[in-house]
Amino acid sequence: MGNRLIDLQHITKIYDGHPVLDDLNLYFNENEFLTLLGPSGCGKTTTLRILGGFETPDQGRVIFNGQDITHLPPNKRQLNTVFQKYALFTHMNIAENIAFGLKISGKSKAYIDDKIKYALKLVNLDGYEKRMPDSLSGGQQQRIAIARAIVNEPKILLLDEPLGALDLKLRQEMQYELIRMKNELGITFIYVTHDQEEALTMSDTIVVMNQGYIQQIGTPEDIYNEPTNAFVADFIGDSNIFPGTMVEDKVVRIFDRIFPCVDVGFGCNTPVDVVIRPEDVELGAPGQGTVDGVVSHLIFKGVHYEMEVTACGREWLVQSTKMYPVGEQVSIHVDPFNIQIMNKPESEDEEAVVLDV
Amino acid sequence: MSKWLKRFYLFVIMVFLYAPIVTLMILSFNESRTSVKWGGFSLKWYQQLFESRTILAALGNTLLIALLSAVLATLLGTSAAIAISHMKKRKQSFCMSIVNIPMLNAEIVTGIAFMLLFITLGDLLAFFGIHFEMGFGTVLIGHITFNLPYVVLSVMPKLKQFNLSMYEAALDLGAGEGQAFFRIVLPDIMPGVLSGFLLSFTMSLDDFVITHFVKGLGADTLSTLIYSELRKGIKPEMYALSTIMFLAVFLVLLAVNLKPQGGVKNTN
Repeated sequence: MGNRLIDLQHITKIYDGHPVLDDLNLYFNENEFLTLLGPSGCGKTTTLRILGGFETPDQGRVIFNGQDITHLPPNKRQLNTVFQKYALFTHMNIAENIAFGLKISGKSKAYIDDKIKYALKLVNLDGYEKRMPDSLSGGQQQRIAIARAIVNEPKILLLDEPLGALDLKLRQEMQYELIRMKNELGITFIYVTHDQEEALTMSDTIVVMNQGYIQQIGTPEDIYNEPTNAFVADFIGDSNIFPGTMVEDKVVRIFDRIFPCVDVGFGCNTPVDVVIRPEDVELGAPGQGTVDGVVSHLIFKGVHYEMEVTACGREWLVQSTKMYPVGEQVSIHVDPFNIQIMNKPESEDEEAVVLDV
Repeated sequence: MSKWLKRFYLFVIMVFLYAPIVTLMILSFNESRTSVKWGGFSLKWYQQLFESRTILAALGNTLLIALLSAVLATLLGTSAAIAISHMKKRKQSFCMSIVNIPMLNAEIVTGIAFMLLFITLGDLLAFFGIHFEMGFGTVLIGHITFNLPYVVLSVMPKLKQFNLSMYEAALDLGAGEGQAFFRIVLPDIMPGVLSGFLLSFTMSLDDFVITHFVKGLGADTLSTLIYSELRKGIKPEMYALSTIMFLAVFLVLLAVNLKPQGGVKNTN
């Protein structure tokens, strides 16, 4: 990763009196794979459209390489977009699609032909020049959309949920393809998705957003292991989120049981949220852990068993390769290192998502 | 047995559909002036037709008005459709009903309304010393008016289908707004624009009622000319003219249907 390439400063965008983005500050580095992750309506797509020039922020500035490009139209920006619905030009064949941007900028025919060949090779679709877009599968169309964008040698490639319409297997394959392309091209990818797995797999940096605010910025490991609030913990992977009290540094009380942990600096007797990942809950024979409980549900998930254990009047989600049948008495133990302490949410956007079932 | 019944049924339908036209075509080659007597094969009505100035002038008027009104209605209608498609939902349905009214309105009402408008306008302009009377121009205006809804209605569905991110993709790839429109949007909605144009053209060729009210003294089209000839008793030249018109339409239809599928695949 290199220098700062693009800066969003104090971006605010309001639709129909409702703020979609509120004083957003974010920067993107050279050669970085950055993912904007969040549920629908969190402002991630609006952020991308402001970067692409399709929306103008109501307040704030977009700085690209030191220049203010807030009001620059999309066709004057050195970045290209891969759209969610591919947006291939249906009346043009693949070669014409890829050549579109190059023709507009007046490149020579030889140069264009070269570029088409190179781009098709990069997306593993050599020989598709004469095909029409509607004769291609969804995955192939998406590759062409990427090829069409990258031949213009943008500094940044914006991708708006490009894999959303593909089936699971193809999506996983395309994730690896995207990482390879990014490394080969050495440019910045800004990727928008609501799929946390996609974000964890591909990104150098993840920006978690909710209700127009950035919740956390960090590497996939940071985000997964040390979520800063209940929303992030809940949105990224499965988690047990319990109310707790920080008794003192490195000691937290959950349901009147004392758990040792490694977090410091929360003060004494402070109410906090405690996150424990289901794979970090260790089950054992009764009496051997911190809390005893009873297995209430059991599902086989392939790589592991997923169980629910009732303890202290709450359900604990547990993932383990070892199976405990329903009704079995077990004890729960959590390694201090695997207990993540978070401040209580200060606003609605930081709260865990509640699903009404 | 049922096979013969089916064939007979088809035959009866064909007779109903085409007997009048076939009769007309046969009589157009009749040497004799009266339609009751066959006087032998002759092309003399065709010859007289092409020597008649009034008929040729009316034919020229008809084609010119059809072409001009179709072109202008297509330009105006397509622009209007684009504007309407970008409106908010309520405004959009309001505009669409306004567009639809002239089409649902009885032609005779539109015709009389236009005549009154032009007469009033003429009086008003005369007051300022400007001479204005009905003629080619007023017919053209009338035709553009009744063509407009057809263009809007045939372009609108294509615009609704259009994937707006295609337009944004064009901008994204460096195209200006004009380039994006002419290279991406227009080719995509072209089937709708074309069918709007063809509809306008045929509607204009076909029109009698509105033309009759706004043509004034000079600008006769074929339909109004035939109508005025009728009063003197119809002449066999008119059979010949009608035969030519029918064959022209028939050939156009044939060409459209025999065209390779690629060009028309998007016209629903």
